[in-house]
Amino acid sequence: MANQTTAKAKAAEPAQPANTMSVIAPALGWLIPGAGHMIQKRWIRGALLFVSIGTLFILGLMMQGHIYKANGGDILDMLGFIGDLGAGGMYIVTLAMNWGQGAIAFAIADYGTKFMIVAGLLNFIAVADAYHIAIGKKQ
Amino acid sequence: MTVQLTHFSAAFVFALFASIVFGITHRETTREMVRYGLYCFALFLGGLLAAGWAMWLVRR
Repeated sequence: MANQTTAKAKAAEPAQPANTMSVIAPALGWLIPGAGHMIQKRWIRGALLFVSIGTLFILGLMMQGHIYKANGGDILDMLGFIGDLGAGGMYIVTLAMNWGQGAIAFAIADYGTKFMIVAGLLNFIAVADAYHIAIGKKQ
Repeated sequence: MTVQLTHFSAAFVFALFASIVFGITHRETTREMVRYGLYCFALFLGGLLAAGWAMWLVRR
């Protein structure tokens, strides 16, 4: 009983007050995958995240995947846009260079589209992880 | 420049990189990260092979 109460009290109290790093790390991590970890001196984790998310996104582009733009039409297009948006800087560069605009003509290109969406979604998870490190909730 | 991956190699690459990110973000210590990453990778590939064989059986 006492242990339960202590555990609840521990879970309720914030890990650390919000600091500058808790804003900078997620923002940087969104822009450049893994950078949110690297700025907090988690070099290997950051590098692995950068390589994993970056490779997935670039492979998706090279497989002639389609990149979604902001739109108010089909719900699946909107979800695709949210996924792509997670890739941050890579998504911005891709839009600026007008890459990933081809029609999906074969199965591998469809896989490429999914690769880019998943890369963005994985980056969202990495951003949340960088935030948890910044507030001291994770080592 | 374009890349033409087979269905299996595309799934393999996907499983590899997704497992790395899952391992890093879902566990606390390095040892746990490696174990969880390997676990996710095995589940991805196991699921892939199981689904492949299931489709082969259905087709027959």
